[in-house]
Amino acid sequence: MTLEAPASPQSPASAPVVLVEGLVFRYPNGHQALHGIDLRIDPGEKIALIGPNGAGKSTLMLHLNGIHLPSEGRVIVNGLPVSRENLGRIRAMVGLVFQDPDDQLFSPTVYDDVAFGPIHMGLSKEEVDARVARALAAVGLAGFERRQPFHLSIGQRKRAALATVLSMSPSLLVLDEPSAGLDPRGRRELITLLRGLEQTLLVSTHDMRLVAEIFPRTVILDDGRIVADGPTGRLLADAALLEAHGLEMP
Amino acid sequence: MSLLPEGAFLALAAAWLLLCAVSLVARIGPLPMIRGAFIALPFAFAAVPLIFTRPGNPLGTIDLGLFSLVISGEGLVAFATILLKSWVSVQSAALLVFTTQFHDLLEGLERLRLPRLMVAIISLMYRYLAVLTEEASRMLRARASRAAIPPGGRSPGWRWQARVVGNMVGALFIRAYERSERVYVAMQSRGYAGHLRHLHDRPFPRPQLALLAAAVALLVAFELSAHTWVPRA
Repeated sequence: MTLEAPASPQSPASAPVVLVEGLVFRYPNGHQALHGIDLRIDPGEKIALIGPNGAGKSTLMLHLNGIHLPSEGRVIVNGLPVSRENLGRIRAMVGLVFQDPDDQLFSPTVYDDVAFGPIHMGLSKEEVDARVARALAAVGLAGFERRQPFHLSIGQRKRAALATVLSMSPSLLVLDEPSAGLDPRGRRELITLLRGLEQTLLVSTHDMRLVAEIFPRTVILDDGRIVADGPTGRLLADAALLEAHGLEMP
Repeated sequence: MSLLPEGAFLALAAAWLLLCAVSLVARIGPLPMIRGAFIALPFAFAAVPLIFTRPGNPLGTIDLGLFSLVISGEGLVAFATILLKSWVSVQSAALLVFTTQFHDLLEGLERLRLPRLMVAIISLMYRYLAVLTEEASRMLRARASRAAIPPGGRSPGWRWQARVVGNMVGALFIRAYERSERVYVAMQSRGYAGHLRHLHDRPFPRPQLALLAAAVALLVAFELSAHTWVPRA
């Protein structure tokens, strides 16, 4: 299978990066995790996805690059429906970073890990090398190519994990709990890094201060439904809403 | 090494000296090398019965009351050969590990045309061995922290302890299994679709190829001479 270069977000401003319509998902064991999700994400938006554990945040994120396919409804990324035939192209457009960097970094060296995506997109060696260098520089790990993942600090691992998808030049970045387990300095570095990214961002987190600091828009998910979607300032000021869904004010 | 004939002690000694010389050049002290080689000892002792079972020239008997064991000369030679062979083999493996970065080793295996799937499996194994070890030690610490004995109490019986250990092994297995699922999803998310791709074939650079050929030729010559004219015990 050959993969095409990722679709650039050159599409007209009106075309959403992500369009989720009536998304229902049932796990094979019958548990229904998502009960009809509607969500639209426009280019350049930075959105926080919050909600209690088990609300379906991860399940929703795994639909955005086709790890899960909808039981009902549909997910469209850059105009392309997420389906089995489109998986290769979808995964080049959506960069998913998982919570535990030890899951994300599975190669013997940082270079191998950051190059994994570009290599599987079928790029040439020169292009792969250039992308690895660019991605590592973007997360402040230039020169870490030959380092081994388990010799990195947690903060460095988190940033290396981000580089593994940045190297694929995705138009949408989906991050699961990026600040979990970071010390204050690591967290500060991450915030600076996230602020500087030009990609559209969807970030699930329990870190309400992070939400307040970076994301203009917030989506609250509870029990498989979107219960609130709006400007972060308004949502985080609504104590009753937050409490009703097991959240607290920053 | 493993092809050397029984009783070729001189050849084994020569091989050992060569190894020591190489480790000297690589500036690796004798202590770590010897400690590394000890790993093989328990396995070598599996060959102990050979001393008594191999038919040959009886050297003496050990009386065990119910029955007696006859030490055979040929058996003793076979046992000593196995012991020394495994020592030298493991020491050379230790030398390799001490001198070579793991990813260089993987690259070498790839260049030797080992199937890439196998190289990938080895590399994943190595990567997650460290993660698993950490997980196991966290669990052990958690257990130790709660393994209190009340004043005047007794430590619980071994049956109970065995059950705890069993549960921990089970939990570790499940954690490893779940992690493998997550790693697989992370690979899929970056375009993995059932087969691993690689950037380029990594051919041997010419000087290394020559070195490899020389090493193989040396080994063959060594084996042949050990089989033909080196005196045996």
